[in-house]
Amino acid sequence: MEKYIISALVQNNAGVLARVSSLFGRRGFNIDSLTVSPTVDRTVSRITIVVLGDEYTLEQVLKQVRKLEECIEVSHIDEEEAFCRELALIKIAGDEAERESVREVCALYQAEVVDSSKESIIVRVSGAPSKIDTFLSIIDSFHVVESSRTGITAVHKDKKDGK
Amino acid sequence: MKLNGSQIVIETLLEQGTDTIFGYPGGAALNIYDELYKYADRMRHVLTAHEQGAAHAADGYARATGKVGVCLATSGPGATNLVTGIATAFMDSIPMIAITANVGTSLIGRDSFQEIYIAGVTMPITKHNFVVRDVNELADTIRKAYEIAMSDRPGPVLIDIPKDVTASVCEFEHKPAVQPRPKPPIQHDQLKKMAEMINESERPVILFGGGVMSSNASELLYQFIHRTDMPACHSLMGIGALDPADPLNLGLIGMHGWVSAGRAVDKADLVIALGTRFSDRVATKMGDFASRAKVVQVDIDPSEVNKNIEVVHSVIGDAYDVLEALMPLVDRTEHTAWREQIETWKTRMDYKPKDNDAVLRPHQLMRKINELLGADDIVATDVGQHQMWAAQFTGRRKPRTFLTSGGLGTMGYGYGAAIGAQVGQPNKRVVHVTGDGSFHMNLQEMCTAVSNNLPVITIVVNNSVLGMVYQWQTSFYGKRYSNTDPHRKTDFVKLAEAFGAKGLRCDTLAGFEACMKEALEADGPVLIDARIDKEERVLPFIPGGETVRNVILD
Repeated sequence: MEKYIISALVQNNAGVLARVSSLFGRRGFNIDSLTVSPTVDRTVSRITIVVLGDEYTLEQVLKQVRKLEECIEVSHIDEEEAFCRELALIKIAGDEAERESVREVCALYQAEVVDSSKESIIVRVSGAPSKIDTFLSIIDSFHVVESSRTGITAVHKDKKDGK
Repeated sequence: MKLNGSQIVIETLLEQGTDTIFGYPGGAALNIYDELYKYADRMRHVLTAHEQGAAHAADGYARATGKVGVCLATSGPGATNLVTGIATAFMDSIPMIAITANVGTSLIGRDSFQEIYIAGVTMPITKHNFVVRDVNELADTIRKAYEIAMSDRPGPVLIDIPKDVTASVCEFEHKPAVQPRPKPPIQHDQLKKMAEMINESERPVILFGGGVMSSNASELLYQFIHRTDMPACHSLMGIGALDPADPLNLGLIGMHGWVSAGRAVDKADLVIALGTRFSDRVATKMGDFASRAKVVQVDIDPSEVNKNIEVVHSVIGDAYDVLEALMPLVDRTEHTAWREQIETWKTRMDYKPKDNDAVLRPHQLMRKINELLGADDIVATDVGQHQMWAAQFTGRRKPRTFLTSGGLGTMGYGYGAAIGAQVGQPNKRVVHVTGDGSFHMNLQEMCTAVSNNLPVITIVVNNSVLGMVYQWQTSFYGKRYSNTDPHRKTDFVKLAEAFGAKGLRCDTLAGFEACMKEALEADGPVLIDARIDKEERVLPFIPGGETVRNVILD
């Protein structure tokens, strides 16, 4: 199964998220992550969905979402042609020595320690989704007590002239 | 002018050309019903026995007239009772507006008496739905709902209105009736490629469905198939678009379709799918349907393309527009050898049930209905064996004369639909063909037919079992008749009389003919209890997951 990033502009009406997720539920599309927030135009929201499936799923997702009355536009975002970012917060338990090891790993991945106590440490990492994946798999060797990912948000890049 | 929300609802419906609605009152809908009382001379409200009947009636009205059907219910159970009717309309792409009242805005979200979040409930079974929390938005929301229901691929739209909004007052101004959105422009290169494929083909077949009905394309379809000498077959939803007597009309395809039609699609080199969606009842085996053919799909809904079967080419557009634009691009031609080939399949392979006048055989009963009805008269069915027999043998030959729940397969659909059709087409005869199983589901609507003096003729094709499931149990479950032989003692004649209708009974073909003639003369609703043998089966039968090559014929 592939991961596809779908980006949709929708009218920012009550219930619009329920409508989109209801559609995914009904058609059996698998959501890996979903983010939603208003754009600079408060009447419009952007929904970024990472969907798991194949080419068939992708084609159906786009066509079915496009049919929603409140959908303004929807497209598939190729990771190469877009700026994709995600943020994760991870809380790790450990003694001083372990916390120090975590700090070392964090430095390698430009992850930032945002909180630290005697029992645990909270780190923040942001970047391309693949970077988050790698960081999480490495940090997993420590005692992760809690973690939370925002899901992907993405914006199309402009084609660079003459290149 | 200043109007309250309830007046706005009625004024906006009138503005859209709606003068008839089907519904049932209740607490949250009291304000709307109070205004309906005052508008009685301009807005006809048909009270049904159950909200489900109102939803099916609005659907039947829409199918029979081509207009948008409207139903109205109160909050909570009133609204949930509409659900099956809305889903039925959704699956068959029928334009419908369902209006529900809800509890007042201050009570919403508190699990108040008769409160249901019907917008949430109906999200997956409507094209769109609205909750109107501000009376200032009410009129435009209703207008928008009509626009959505009628545009592109039609479908149901629900509008939920809290009780306080039905009482609030605001400024109202009439606007012209909304029109459907412009239909998608047809891409000329797509069309040209399609025409080339048609002109190059030797064994072409058209497979059409409900899209031909909603785009009013049946006359054009007739011209098209005769210009190109192209045989055509259809799904359940396509019945009535072409005359079954037309030699180019191969009739019904699919699970209970004609073998010759199925074989034509199986052996064709080109299949044009016109406003049809390859449901599993048509394309019975996924991945093995029209497998020798190039399939070209014409649909107004792009999401139907490549959804159920993969096609080599598609044209997005309204069936009427596409046929019209295609006509000058296709050669006038003859496919004599191909037609003759299909003709031999018709003679050699098609199922031909044996007549027996001493009893009542379903195919003879259905043919008799056709014989006694005019071309414009309407047959509305329920769901099950009788539905398939009606589809095969009632010979409907005009669009909007065969009303049936195709996609959802809703037992209990028929009576409501027949009532809606009769209200919408008072000058046509409406025959409601049902089974004893389906009829038991919504028979209470007989009171509606009686109260409104609607001369609907209900034919209960009575085999005393739940026939379709019984047939499957006979064929695939070792005759273990689990809950399909209920030994009910319902006396349908007495039942009809109890409702104030006329009840008749027969068990021979001659008896049925006499009953029908009497019913057609009667001045009100009639029920005919038509007794058939419980071992009667619907044939041909392609079991799910099989193809026409494995059809069961006896």
